[in-house]
Amino acid sequence: MDNSVTPQNSLVSVQNLSFSRGNKKIFDDISLEFERGKITAIMGPSGTGKTTLLKLIGGQLFPKQGSITVDGNNVHRLRRTELYNLRKRMGMLFQSGALLTDMSVFDNVAFPLREHTHLPESMIRTLVLMKLQAVGLRGARKLMPNELSGGMARRIALARAIALDPMMIMYDEPFTGQDPISKGALVHLIKSLNAILGLTSIIVSHDVHETAAIADYIYVISEGKIVGQGTPKEIEHSESDWVQQFMTGAADGPAHFHYPAKDYVDDLLSTGKRY
Amino acid sequence: MTEFLQLLGRNTRTSFTKLGRSTFFLLQTLSGILSVLPRPRLLFNQMYSVGVLSFLIITISGLFVGMVLGLQGYYILSDFGAEETLGVMVAASLVRELGPVVSALLFAGRAGSALTAEIGLMKATEQLSGMEMMAVDPIKRIISPRFLAGFLSMPLLAALFSAVGIIGGQIVGSGLLGVDEGAYWSQMQSNIDFKDDIINGVIKSIVFGFVTSWIALFEGYDAIPTSEGVSRATTRTVVNSAFSILGLDFILTALMFGDN
Repeated sequence: MDNSVTPQNSLVSVQNLSFSRGNKKIFDDISLEFERGKITAIMGPSGTGKTTLLKLIGGQLFPKQGSITVDGNNVHRLRRTELYNLRKRMGMLFQSGALLTDMSVFDNVAFPLREHTHLPESMIRTLVLMKLQAVGLRGARKLMPNELSGGMARRIALARAIALDPMMIMYDEPFTGQDPISKGALVHLIKSLNAILGLTSIIVSHDVHETAAIADYIYVISEGKIVGQGTPKEIEHSESDWVQQFMTGAADGPAHFHYPAKDYVDDLLSTGKRY
Repeated sequence: MTEFLQLLGRNTRTSFTKLGRSTFFLLQTLSGILSVLPRPRLLFNQMYSVGVLSFLIITISGLFVGMVLGLQGYYILSDFGAEETLGVMVAASLVRELGPVVSALLFAGRAGSALTAEIGLMKATEQLSGMEMMAVDPIKRIISPRFLAGFLSMPLLAALFSAVGIIGGQIVGSGLLGVDEGAYWSQMQSNIDFKDDIINGVIKSIVFGFVTSWIALFEGYDAIPTSEGVSRATTRTVVNSAFSILGLDFILTALMFGDN
């Protein structure tokens, strides 16, 4: 079976990317391809820089080495206006939702339309109601962000992300901290929006089951390297110890339960030190 | 000794990089002002929250400061039999110094800290980052309107402060202590110079408004996006604004009233 994604039909292509923060290497020479029309997931434990990867793709951070191409444009070579034009075609769903807290739900969804188009208010209303209907929250349009539950906030943010009909959406931990019903709703939404709107989706997540249920292709990242990749089925049967530990959630394995420390007995016996 | 030198070097470097960042931030903010002008709504909303909501604190403080000036001035001036000139003293102190300075200090505490906390929390909750990803420049959309609002509100608030203070001085001086009301106003009218006193006071408050808004917005934008970081940034706004206002007031006063 040939799983390699050919660069021709990939919308986002990450090549030989290295990125570090201070002395800590976040990514070490990794390459990923995100195929058009597909849902690609990036999985890995917390703190592996999954959100950083999305910010790199969105051009908010600069890589140390390597390049990122989105729809044929090298993101970090673009001029500011070109980058902003590209971003209009990229939606991003932040973990917190990142709704503007001083505006109602309606105004939040209308925000990108009002900023980037000169549509009359009546048309904006129609568009906003359509987007809200798509996420099932048309009735919540008058609420303020602080009146929303976490799951609702994320769905509103999703409606806002699709307001300008982007070509792709990046989801940052969409399932984290959600109750099972919200999770189910989000899984359904991500899957159906991708199909109906012909989007390309990138999901960054550590929720194994939800992500595996909708992803077409999965990359598993740990300590700056790709430790496994393939369709959900292949990942499930991966022979890599590391991927197995991650998928089954074993406490100890290649990823250690203990934070690096000196020998336990020595540590206990070395009295006289405060720490 | 080496440790001390290291510390000194590190602190100097962080201060200078911060100064550089804040200058760059100011330039971006100023260039963003052009894009605010076609959208006066953004400006009006901010002028409401920065300016109009500061009305109460400015009015009440101005009234009391003026009343105190009336009392103190009367006690001193009446020793020399010069209580007729109370109006001049109250008005000159307010218009030249207390109006711009005290209202700027109050403005930094009331509006500046609110701006820092608001921007800092917007950063902490990824709202600024989210805006960038929606291809909306947060400097243009969020920072510049607030800067312009602060900059424009400050002279108006200072004028309000001085006006209310002068009325306060009159209430105490001629209402309670018996200075002739006509003398209070006419002495003021003939001795307060429009250019030397009023314009200079307005220039001061424009400078203070500029600096305070800059500090408040930069501290918020530069805050470490955690609750502790935002709280520290808010404190820094108030402290740094107070220093800048008082320091600049000295320099401006020396420049303006030096050759009298």
